[in-house]
Amino acid sequence: MIVEARLAHLKGIKPHEWALRFIFGGLCTVAAGLIAERFGPAIGGLFLAFPAIFPASASLIEQHEIQHKLRIGMDGQVRGRMAAGIDAAGTALACCGLAAFAAIVWKALPGHGGPGVVAAATAAWLVVSVALWRLKKSRLLHRKLPRQGS
Amino acid sequence: MQELIRFLIGGAVVSAFAALSEVFRPKSFAGLFGAAPSIALATLSLTLVTSGKAFAAIEARSMIFGAVAFFLYASLCSRMLMRHKFSALATTVMLLPVWFAVSCGLLYLFSRSHA
Repeated sequence: MIVEARLAHLKGIKPHEWALRFIFGGLCTVAAGLIAERFGPAIGGLFLAFPAIFPASASLIEQHEIQHKLRIGMDGQVRGRMAAGIDAAGTALACCGLAAFAAIVWKALPGHGGPGVVAAATAAWLVVSVALWRLKKSRLLHRKLPRQGS
Repeated sequence: MQELIRFLIGGAVVSAFAALSEVFRPKSFAGLFGAAPSIALATLSLTLVTSGKAFAAIEARSMIFGAVAFFLYASLCSRMLMRHKFSALATTVMLLPVWFAVSCGLLYLFSRSHA
């Protein structure tokens, strides 16, 4: 499967949708900091992997698909939920990358420079996430379909 | 003032990864950016400056439990959404307690085993 990147897709996002993501992201970051200050780094650290904008993103994906189908006179509810479900499956894969990010920061930070460790951990997140996605796609492509009547 | 800086950096980083998610297709690939280390990048960079490496390393250790909980939560969301019974917002909000229970449970088990 080919991955494509198109900046034109950004034009379909409304200003209030950008604002929603910015505010959610900002609030979750502030909350993570405050929780770490109040309850310590062990509890605060959990919130570094909090699904901050996941509900908002899934809802926006569903709404976009519904609106797209409405324009051609169809009900897009099922397609909208399917699209959000497929997006969530990709998110689940990237959580393994997120765990790799955290493990690298945990183990490497005490002995190395902060910016370098964070950069290496971010690269690890990307590599692990993309590798798992490719692995999943290749397995799906090579899965043999059952023959009819068997 | 520090909270305002946190808010602005967090909002900017989360928006940047959300933009990447919109740019890429297919949907399953774009979904990878839903679990980008956006809050971690914003928080850790400030924590390193204000509280030091040891504090940030402990946060990162707990983040592993949060990531495992996120994996289970996102997998459940995906399965439920594929069945089309509830809206995306209802499904993702309804299942948030799964993230809390799993992440706190794993941290509790880890703390007990290292007590």
